Amino acid sequence: MAPPTSSQIKPGRTLLVLLAIILAMGATIALQKAFVPKFGLDLAGGTTVTLSPVTLDGKPPPSESIDQAVNIIRARVNGNGIADAQVARANDNIVIQIPGVGQREALGLVSTTAELRMRQVLAYGPSTNQPVQMPTAAATPSGSGAPSATPSGGSTPTPNASGTPAGRALSSALAAPSPSAPADAKGGAKGDGKAKGDAGAKAEATPTPPVPTPGATEDPLAGQDTSGIDPALLTQFRDIDCTAKNKGQGVQDDPNKQIVACSDDGSARYILDKAAVQGTEVSGAQAGTDPTTGEWIVNITFKSKGASQFADITRRITTLTPPRNQLANVLDGVVIVAPTIEEAIPGGSARISGNFTQVSSTALADQLKYGALPLKFKQSQVVSVSSTLGQDQLRGGLISGGIGLLVVVLYLLLYYRGLGLIGVASLGVATAVTYSTVVLLSHNAGFRLSLPHIIGLVVSIGITADSFIVYFERIRDEIKEGHRTLRSAVEVAWRRARRTILVADAVMFIAAIVLFALAVGDVAGFAFAMGLTTLIDIVVVFLFTKPLMSLVARMRFFAKGHKLSGLDAERMGRTSPAEQTLQEA
Amino acid sequence: MPGVISRLYRGDINIDFVGKRRIWYGLSAFLLIFSIVGLIIHGLNLGVEFKGGSVFDFARTPGSSVEQVRDSVEGAGPHQVIVQQAGDKNWRVTTESLDGAEVTKVQQAVAKQFGVPEDQVSSQVIGATWGGEVSQKAWIGLVVFMGLIMLYLSIAFEWRMALAAVVALVHDLVITAGIYAWSGFEVTPATMLGFLTILGYSLYDAVVVFDMIKEVTGKIGTSAKMTYTQAANNALSHTLIRSLNTSLVAILPVAAILFIGTTLLGAGTLKDLSLALFVGMLVGTYSSLCVATPILVTLKEREPQWQALARRVAARQVSAAKAAAATAGGSRTGKEPVAAGSQNGAAGSQNGTVPGGKQRKKR
Repeated sequence: MAPPTSSQIKPGRTLLVLLAIILAMGATIALQKAFVPKFGLDLAGGTTVTLSPVTLDGKPPPSESIDQAVNIIRARVNGNGIADAQVARANDNIVIQIPGVGQREALGLVSTTAELRMRQVLAYGPSTNQPVQMPTAAATPSGSGAPSATPSGGSTPTPNASGTPAGRALSSALAAPSPSAPADAKGGAKGDGKAKGDAGAKAEATPTPPVPTPGATEDPLAGQDTSGIDPALLTQFRDIDCTAKNKGQGVQDDPNKQIVACSDDGSARYILDKAAVQGTEVSGAQAGTDPTTGEWIVNITFKSKGASQFADITRRITTLTPPRNQLANVLDGVVIVAPTIEEAIPGGSARISGNFTQVSSTALADQLKYGALPLKFKQSQVVSVSSTLGQDQLRGGLISGGIGLLVVVLYLLLYYRGLGLIGVASLGVATAVTYSTVVLLSHNAGFRLSLPHIIGLVVSIGITADSFIVYFERIRDEIKEGHRTLRSAVEVAWRRARRTILVADAVMFIAAIVLFALAVGDVAGFAFAMGLTTLIDIVVVFLFTKPLMSLVARMRFFAKGHKLSGLDAERMGRTSPAEQTLQEA
Repeated sequence: MPGVISRLYRGDINIDFVGKRRIWYGLSAFLLIFSIVGLIIHGLNLGVEFKGGSVFDFARTPGSSVEQVRDSVEGAGPHQVIVQQAGDKNWRVTTESLDGAEVTKVQQAVAKQFGVPEDQVSSQVIGATWGGEVSQKAWIGLVVFMGLIMLYLSIAFEWRMALAAVVALVHDLVITAGIYAWSGFEVTPATMLGFLTILGYSLYDAVVVFDMIKEVTGKIGTSAKMTYTQAANNALSHTLIRSLNTSLVAILPVAAILFIGTTLLGAGTLKDLSLALFVGMLVGTYSSLCVATPILVTLKEREPQWQALARRVAARQVSAAKAAAATAGGSRTGKEPVAAGSQNGAAGSQNGTVPGGKQRKKR
C-alpha cells in the first residue's frame, strides 16, 4: 500500500517519453508534408477485382501456384497499361486494385487462364529492329554476350548466344555421367539477363554488315531459314516490339498454330512452331544443383504422354541448326525459357542448365510447375466505387467517428467528472497517435485507409475507453476501501488494473490477428484497425493515463475529493478517513 | 441522485447473478431455443454477396421513381431487378450476376436516363461462390479463434474459465443469429464481420470479470467464510459498474455508426456491420454477467475443494449466526470483497454486499 517512491518521480519522465514519440511522429509527418492519409478505393473511387484461382478441375490450388498466378496477373495488368494498378495476394485470392474508373474493359483479359506450352523455335530476333550498321555495336561484339563460347551449340555463331531465355541448354537428366554435355551447356549460355549483349551478338551474327541506310532497320530475319513459316507471321515478327509494355501477356495462344512471341524480359522475339508438348503434361519441376559441377539447374519431369511427345520433339530438333534446335517454353503468351536441345531426351525427365542462380532456377521451376497445373480465375467480386459514393462513405465514416467520440467524451465527463477529463485527454492522445500512425503507414508502408479501417477505428474507441474505465473503477474501489491518500490508491489500483488491461487487450489482439490472418476482404482491414488500436491503447494507458493519474493525484482538487473530481467520497459511499468525513459533514 | 442510479454510481449495488443462475439458465435456454427455431423456420436473409449478383448505386435525381429506375435497368438486359432507396440520396439496384459488358450497359442506360455521369454509377458484381468462400473463412477463423482463446485463457486463468467464456461466446453468436433470423435483417459479409467482432467483445468483458473472480477466490481457500459462489458473485458485483460502463461506452460509437449508416448512406458496410455489433454487444453484456460467470461457478462448485469449503461455510454459518451481530462491526482491514462478503448468508441464496459499503454503514 505504500506508494513506491520510485514511481513518484517517474510520471513526468514517462510523459516526456510519450511527448517525444508524438513529436517525432508529428515532425516526420511535417517533413513529408503529408498530413492526410491515402485512401483506399472504396473511399477514393476505383475498381477492385477479387479473383479466386482454382485448378482446372475446380480444386483449391497450391500456395506457390497462387504466388505464381499473382506474378502472371501483374504482368498482364502492367502489359495492358492499366494505370497504377496494384496486384496483391490476399490469402487464397488475388486482388487487383485500379484507381479511377472506366478501365473495366481491360479486366476481361486479366482473368483468362495462363497456360504453358512447349514449342520449337523457328526464328529468332532481338527485341526491336536494330538500326542498320551500328559501327560501335559491331566494334564491340563482346559485351557480356560471350559469343566466343558455344562449342556444342553449333559451329556458327548463333544469334541467341546471349539472349536470356535462349541461353540455356536442355539435356537428358539421365545423361549425368558424361560431364561434357552439361559443361557444354554452361559454356554456351552466358549472359543471363544481360539483354544488352544482344546488339553485339546480333551484329556479329550478321556475317556481312549491310550498307548503311539512314532510317532503315535491319531485317531481324536476315540470314535465318524462314521455310515452313506462315508468311503472315513473318510480317508480324518484323513489326513486333518486345520492349513495349505489352509483350502479349495473357494472349490465349492456339496450340495448333504457329505464333510470334516475346521473351518474358522483353529481350528477344521468336517465331514458334505449333505446340509440341502441353504444359499440363509436365508432372514436376525442381531447382537443384548439378552433382558434379554444383551449378544450378532445373529438373523437369513429364507424364507418360508428355514424355513421349518430349522425346519425339527433342529427337527431331536436336540435329537442326540454331535457332531451330531450341525448344521454347511459352507461359501465358511469353517465352520464359528457350533452351537448346543438346540431345534426344527419352525417359520423361530432363534438365535445363545454363548460368542459373538459385533464385533464377527456382523462379523457372515455379513457372514450369505452374504450367503443369494451370489455374482458372473466377471473378469473385468486382466492385467499382464512384468518387461520389466514395466521398459519401468517407463522410459517413468520419461523421460517425466524430459522433462516437463526442458521445463517449460526454459520457466520461458526466460519469467520471474530473477523472473523466483524464479519460478524455487519454482518448485525445490515443486519437492523435492513431491518426499519426495511419498517416505515416499510408505514406511509408503502402497502407491505404479504407472504410473497414475507419469502422474498426471507431468501434475501437470502446476498447480504448475501457482501459481507463477499468483503471478508474479500481482507483475508486481502493478509495472506498480506505486508502488514506489518493496517491497510494492510484499506485495500488494501477498494479491490479494493469494486469486486467493486459489480459483483456491480449484477447482483443488474438482476435485481431486471427481475423487478419484468415479472413477475406474487408474483414482483414477491420482486424488490422482493431489490432492497431489495441496496441495504441496499451501505449497510451502505460505512457499517458497512468503517469498523468500519478501527477494529478498530487493536485488538491483530486486528492481532496472535490465534488467535481469524480473521486468525491460522499457520492462513492465512503465514510472515512476522518479528515474527509469532516470536510464533507 | 435517486436511489438506483446513485447506488449504481457508488458501486453499492448487489444483484445476485450467480445465486439466481437457474433463472438465467432458463432464460438463456429459452432464448437459444427461440433462436434456433427462428434459424430453422426462417433461416438467415442472405444478402446478394452470398447469392451472387450485381449491385448498382447512383445518386437519386429529383422526381425519379422506383418504376422508372426499374424500367431503365430492365431495358438494359437484367431480369431480376430490385430497386431500393439507399439513404437519403441514392438509389440501389440489385440484379442477377452480370458480366463486364452487361454492367457497362446498365451503367450507360442509367446514366443516360437520369443524367448522372456514367462513371458515377457504382457497381458491384459478386460471383455466386464468393459468399461461400467468405463464410467458410469466417468459420475457420471462428474455430481457430476459439481454440486459441481456450488455450490462452487456460494458461492465463484455467480451463474452466476458458470453457465458460467460450460457452458464453457461442451463446451470444446463436442468439444474435436468431435475432437476425426472426427480424429478417439482411446478412452480408459486413454482418459476418460484426459477428466475428462480437467474439472479441464478449470475451473481453468475460476476461475482466474472471480476472476479478480469480483475484477474489484466490484468497478464500483457507478460510471458511464464504463459498466460491458467494465470492464469484461478489467479484461480479464488484465489476458490475465497470461492465455496464464499458458496454455503454462500446455501444455508443457503434450506435453512432448505425445511426449515420442508416440515415446518411442507407445501406452498405456501415449499417450492416454496426447493426450486427449493436445487437451482439447487447447480448454480450447480458451473457458476460448472467451466463459466463454462472457457468464458471457451476463448474467450480463440482470441485471437491470448493464443495468442502461450501460445507465448512455452512457449518460455520450456524455458529456465526449467533455471533453475527457482535462481529458485524469487526475487521475493516480487508479491502477485498472477500472480507466484506464474510458477513453474508449461506451459499448463493442471499445477497452478498459490496465490500465495505454496507459494513461501514452499519457502524
